[in-house]
Amino acid sequence: MLALADYLIVSAILLCLSVAGIIMNRKNVIILLMCIELMLLAVNTNFIAFSRFNDDVSGQVFVFFILTVAAAEAAIGLAILVVLFRNKKSINVEDLNSMKG
Amino acid sequence: MFEQVLFYAFSGLVLFAAVMVITVKNPVHAALCLVLAFFSSSGLWLLLEAEFLAITLVLVYVGAVMVLFLFVVMMLDINIAELREGFASYVPVAVLVAVVMLALLSTIVGHVNFGVDSIQGVVPHASDYSNTKALGMSMYTDFIWPFEIASVILLVAIVAAITLTLRKSRQTKSANPSNQVAVESSDRVRLVKVPSEPQE
Amino acid sequence: MQNLCLAIVGAPLLAALSAGLFGKQIGRSGVHWLTSGAVGLSFFLSALVFWRVVIGSEETYNANLYQWLSSGGINFHIGFLVDELTATMMIVVTFVSWMVHIYTIGYMHDDPGYQRFFSYISFFTFSMLMLVMSNNFLQLFFGWEAVGFVSYLLIGFWYTKDTAIYANLKAFLVNRVGDFGFLLGIGAIYMHFGTLDYVEVFSQTSALQDKTMEIVSGYEWSLMTVICLLLFVGAMGKSAQVPLHVWLPDSMEGPTPISALIHAATMVTAGIFMVARMSPLFELSETALSVVLIIGSVTAFFMGILGLVQNDIKRVVAYSTLSQLGYMTVALGVSAYAAGIFHLFTHAFFKALLFLAAGSVIIGMHHEQDMRKMGGLRKYMPVTFITCLIGSLALIGFPGFSGFFSKDAIIEAVHYSSIPGAGLAYVAVLGGVFITALYSFRLIFLVFYGEERFDEKTRSHLHESPLVVTGPLVCLAILSVVSGGLAVSSMLFGDYFGSSIIVYSEHDVLAALGAHYHGPLAMVIHGLSQPPFWLATSGVIVAWFCYLKRPEIPERIAQSLAYIHRILLDKYGFDRFNAWFFAGGTRTVGSFLFRKGDSALIDGLIVNGSAKAVGWGAEVLRRMQSGLLYHYAFAMILGLITLLALFVHSGFFAD
Repeated sequence: MLALADYLIVSAILLCLSVAGIIMNRKNVIILLMCIELMLLAVNTNFIAFSRFNDDVSGQVFVFFILTVAAAEAAIGLAILVVLFRNKKSINVEDLNSMKG
Repeated sequence: MFEQVLFYAFSGLVLFAAVMVITVKNPVHAALCLVLAFFSSSGLWLLLEAEFLAITLVLVYVGAVMVLFLFVVMMLDINIAELREGFASYVPVAVLVAVVMLALLSTIVGHVNFGVDSIQGVVPHASDYSNTKALGMSMYTDFIWPFEIASVILLVAIVAAITLTLRKSRQTKSANPSNQVAVESSDRVRLVKVPSEPQE
Repeated sequence: MQNLCLAIVGAPLLAALSAGLFGKQIGRSGVHWLTSGAVGLSFFLSALVFWRVVIGSEETYNANLYQWLSSGGINFHIGFLVDELTATMMIVVTFVSWMVHIYTIGYMHDDPGYQRFFSYISFFTFSMLMLVMSNNFLQLFFGWEAVGFVSYLLIGFWYTKDTAIYANLKAFLVNRVGDFGFLLGIGAIYMHFGTLDYVEVFSQTSALQDKTMEIVSGYEWSLMTVICLLLFVGAMGKSAQVPLHVWLPDSMEGPTPISALIHAATMVTAGIFMVARMSPLFELSETALSVVLIIGSVTAFFMGILGLVQNDIKRVVAYSTLSQLGYMTVALGVSAYAAGIFHLFTHAFFKALLFLAAGSVIIGMHHEQDMRKMGGLRKYMPVTFITCLIGSLALIGFPGFSGFFSKDAIIEAVHYSSIPGAGLAYVAVLGGVFITALYSFRLIFLVFYGEERFDEKTRSHLHESPLVVTGPLVCLAILSVVSGGLAVSSMLFGDYFGSSIIVYSEHDVLAALGAHYHGPLAMVIHGLSQPPFWLATSGVIVAWFCYLKRPEIPERIAQSLAYIHRILLDKYGFDRFNAWFFAGGTRTVGSFLFRKGDSALIDGLIVNGSAKAVGWGAEVLRRMQSGLLYHYAFAMILGLITLLALFVHSGFFAD
């Protein structure tokens, strides 16, 4: 019998992995975006697990919205990335410091 | 029992794919691993009887978003070696942070709080239950307003993505609407008095 | 009556305004005719009022003429209260003022500030009249401040003289101390009585006499005592009682007519008048009366001694004024208000006379004020000499002269009194009589007798002063002789003041005195056998012996008692103490506050410090703003972990 905790732990590990990924791949914007997708995936899994175990479909509605927003975010993020690369010929995060104080 | 086997299989796949995403050198491989992660987590979602979302995840993410990722990765001429610089030196920090965070999280989400007995068990659904229908009912009634907003956000995202990446070609010809509106009749027609041509 | 009052007050005001604003157009003689005429008119109208109120026993006039402002239930009025006390004061003020106006014509003849001077003294007359005729505390305070202001202007009349400017500033500052107490007293009255009108306040005294107030928690003070003491602080400033007396000797920097008018006859007696006017309040507090008595006796005795060592003719008279004000205050302290006012009344004449005579001498000596450079003037200035002698006799209380009646009454009143401190005061006032005689005749002998110590040039110009100077002298001299004997029966022992002064029977020393009173002549004869007369006579004899017969004696005494002599020359060190403690202390505190409080704390820490802190913080934050995405991401993760830790372990977010 699977418990809610099993799903939660899986998504917690997933979240921690993506955090680790953000730290390790700190220069590569594409991987950073991917890690964010992974984080959202972990969150979504949590939502769905809670929704299932509480027998409430609202959690799934939330997941739907998160998917929507995540898709929009990915699209815009990638668009920015493309423009960035066009201007700087690089996606190295270290080159993106024009906002330095 | 079968359910548990499936759960562990999919969970293992997800985590494996995630590890691959953050460690592989080539971004293309990372994107493909991410696809794997999406696939396996959609399997997990199916286990949770969220069929509609599982399918959506595959369709939207794998079919659209990840393809977009791949396009971008392949289109851009990326110097991978440069981006990998210092990767190894950050691993200890990353592992430390991840472990600390996991330790903190597990004190909450572990079996103590959310074990088998701690929460009302899974309610078996009737045979004619449709996840899609239930989701739709909820979305188009209780959540109609957020739903509309979400659609607007998508529209904005489309416009934004197009605007950001649009390259103005010099050959493109376009009209200026503001000038068109501001035009006056005198600008369009000019009456000129021309002396009639003398008869031969 | 209303029109009469308005005319009395208005005439000097109009004269002052026109002399001040249009002095140039009116011209010098126009100005002195205008102002003297206005004050003379005031005097005659005051005499009419005096006639109607005192002699004709007309009912007390009390009316509000104009509502100045109304604020939160309190109404400030301008109004007049004319009773026997006011009428007496009015006639004294206007008469002396009128005499001084006339005298000024001669004294200030060559001064470029002629019009200005007349404008000031007319304005002073107006202010003083407002003060004495007021029917409420606010108008009293207005008059109080206005006379102080004019006094300030007049002490510094010769504003190019450093000492004059120093003196008027000193007068102003010392008076501020007194006025502060006075204002607090008025505030306390308003707080507890709810009104500033005299009649309304006095009608509530019996209800509030046992009330106490707590200023420092844990100490209950009688309300009446607090109010009376605060009011008396005001009187101490204005009437120059120890320790707020220091301004009066210095005020002699002003022109002599001013010394006569303001710093001898009228303004300095405002405090005496005020206490007498407040007699219904002071009667309720024996503590306050006792304080008044002790302050008065200290002033009367010790300030008199200072007169002995002064060489400036005006300063001698000034210390004499201080001493006489002390006598009046003593009279107030033993509840002999009538005697105090009576002494005020006689003193106004003979002290104005002495000042004007001194001024006459000064004119004759071409503005030389040092008595050591005078001597033998009686054959050059006979009128001045005679009048000055009369004034001095009145001052020392020679039987028959006006000062005798008032001063003897005060001494006897102290003798009969049982207020705490009366024994001490009796000794002080008796000693004061001897001192008074000594310094008065020291002045007479040094100035008018003995060898001529001035140079030939002065002698060639020495002559009697013109009629505008001697006229007032003679008028005042006549009054100095007769005013006492004429008024003593009614003023001291009759029902002269009616209900304007209230004395409780257990304090009523004058009634006790009255039992032995059988008319002025009997009083004179009785006075011949009393200690004050013998003391005064011995004072005169000592003065004669020391300053005419054996002029080297004072020198030798001064040498053998060098230490005491130095203390006296130092005026008991009040000035030095004030300069060291108050002025120096204030400057120390001020510079401390300036350096530490203002420069270091406010400018350094708060103003520049906050700017620096912001700059420093911005510098730090700027460094954190690396522009690098992963720094921000890392910060977010750290924050997330922190929040998570709080959430998990401290229950920070639980409920």
